[in-house]
Amino acid sequence: MQWKNDTYSGWGRALKAHGELARPERISALEEIFAEGPAPAIGARRSYGDAALNTGGKVVDMTRLDRLLGFDEKTGVVEVEAGVTLGDLLAIFVPRGWMPAVVPGTGFATVGGAIAFDVHGKNHHQVGSFGAHVESFRLIQADGKAKTVSAKRDTKLFKATLGGLGQTGVIESAKLKLALCPSTGIEVVESRIGSLSEMMRRMEDSSAPFTVAWVDALATGDDLGRGILEEGRFPDPAQDGPRPKRAKSVPVDAPGFAMSKPVVRAFNAAYLRRIPEAGRISVQSLADFLFPLDAVHDWNRLYGKKGFHQFQAVVPDAAAGATLDAMLSAIAESGLAAPTTSLKRMGPGRSGQMSFPMEGWSLAVDFANSTRARGLIGQLGAMAGDAGGRIYLAKDALALPSQVEAMYAEIDAWREVVNAADPDRVFATDMVRRLGLRGRA
Amino acid sequence: MRQTWIILGASSSIARAFARRMAASGADLILCGRDRADLERLALDAALRGGSHVTEMAFDTEDPGTFASIIAAAEARDGQINVAVFAGTMPPQEVVDADPGLLPGVVQANFTGLVQILHMFAPLMEARESGVIVGLGSVAGDRGRLGNYVYGSAKAGFHAYLSGLRNRLGRRGVQVMTVKPGFTDTAMTWGVEGMFLVASPGDVAAAIERGIAKKRNVLYVPWFWWGIMAIIRTIPEAIFRKLKI
Repeated sequence: MQWKNDTYSGWGRALKAHGELARPERISALEEIFAEGPAPAIGARRSYGDAALNTGGKVVDMTRLDRLLGFDEKTGVVEVEAGVTLGDLLAIFVPRGWMPAVVPGTGFATVGGAIAFDVHGKNHHQVGSFGAHVESFRLIQADGKAKTVSAKRDTKLFKATLGGLGQTGVIESAKLKLALCPSTGIEVVESRIGSLSEMMRRMEDSSAPFTVAWVDALATGDDLGRGILEEGRFPDPAQDGPRPKRAKSVPVDAPGFAMSKPVVRAFNAAYLRRIPEAGRISVQSLADFLFPLDAVHDWNRLYGKKGFHQFQAVVPDAAAGATLDAMLSAIAESGLAAPTTSLKRMGPGRSGQMSFPMEGWSLAVDFANSTRARGLIGQLGAMAGDAGGRIYLAKDALALPSQVEAMYAEIDAWREVVNAADPDRVFATDMVRRLGLRGRA
Repeated sequence: MRQTWIILGASSSIARAFARRMAASGADLILCGRDRADLERLALDAALRGGSHVTEMAFDTEDPGTFASIIAAAEARDGQINVAVFAGTMPPQEVVDADPGLLPGVVQANFTGLVQILHMFAPLMEARESGVIVGLGSVAGDRGRLGNYVYGSAKAGFHAYLSGLRNRLGRRGVQVMTVKPGFTDTAMTWGVEGMFLVASPGDVAAAIERGIAKKRNVLYVPWFWWGIMAIIRTIPEAIFRKLKI
């Protein structure tokens, strides 16, 4: 197998790794790699920090293992290689009346990555996390042998792999239960909301299967938490959405001022005014609604060479109002936030010990990489921890080991399974080492 | 008319992307290559993406014994037969220099084996007076360069063959298209230094589909490689022999 020496990064581009990468085009090439020795798998590198990095070591890029292997039209169970993207699955199956039950905010994420982070979507409050729809997967373990793992056949390993950051082995393929998709278009109600408390009330009361809110993270005072609530429902009778928009791309790194406060303030104001005061209803293509940022390829380049960080945390209901208020105040005061801030009501559904979701409220904010931003993200992480919440490892580049240890209550149970499955820690990554996730060796 | 695409060297990333496009258009596919386990997976994949009838067959450029049964399978099908040749290997020049014993294999994989099977297809295509042959050449075949001239010379031979075949079959309503990709992000170029303006296999496959629709003879992918190679071809040999490109 050919190895390439390269510098690579996650989506945030703030942390980089130098090491060897292989990208097998077929299973036999993957087997050749494992005959030489195991290495952690990476997908589309849509996680933001260092979860997909292995400095000085090897990684196996799984994106070319993207074949569909089977589909049962009666049960909706599809079998796919791990490198298939969720956007591809959506595009292929929506015309046949099915869709992935859970998709994150980008369609470029792979099935392997979605399992490794137990991702959630805009419908988390109703259908739970990605892992809840995984029937089984083929897992190549440290000894190079592949085995089929399911909730029934190997409960512990199954659970430790869902949200398990690739630490149990390399996911070669998976069987996913798709959800029925009654319409190729989705009816989206967009409402302008004036404050955080109103936003939270409206989201709690919403019966829509898909909800998400965009928040103007520069607004202060009475306007704190203002934004746009999006509620998506399948229209009855079914309607076709417009053709998905043709993607544009960012060809070069943008200069530093592209995400400066005046630019963001102007953008946010215009973005808010886009929606009439009385709100609006439209039928959108499912892909455009689920993956709004995918319309601009390589949008991470807008942050220039230094890259950016995303802070995402979930806080439980009890402390949510006060904590979100404090977080948004600190963010607004700093003036550092980018336009892509979102608030999401989460349900209790989580599939593994290291899964992110908990019942409560999730806030995600992007910041151009700077000393001040890193300081603020540290502060926000502490606020989330104090409120009994947790940060999302798929986004993290900056947390401290003690923080994460306290946030993930089941980490010891996870460690036990993972360290038994991979005693030599051959699947450890930069994130795993930085946060001491596997415990003391 | 029923369309069948015979894909030779189906496991490569460009072939896979092209097969998926043809599957989505509803064509039948015969996927041919060496890695039978992968061909089975590719067949499942193509069928799920819309291919109406997908089968796989053994094909090895170094084993001409595998050719006859592919021709027989094509003959047994009615409708329009189309052939796309993606098979090939590219050992680095320095590896070939160190072991000249590899030379015949490079020529077999990138020239002899391909023209042998295409020559077996030619009468069938002539008789049906329809069909498309897509041959994957390379910009490396446009001029022998220091870094890659063994592979390049085999591709140059393949270009010349396709040009002649186009002349022969064109009179009988068969389109023969030579595709010359520039740098493409495949297993062949993974880790190769000095690449620029790299296209994805999906881009190349989409361009091939458009080229077929437009009845193109020679297709540079992406298109600007036509200009780059036009310049490289016009450099006088006295100067070219001193260049390291």
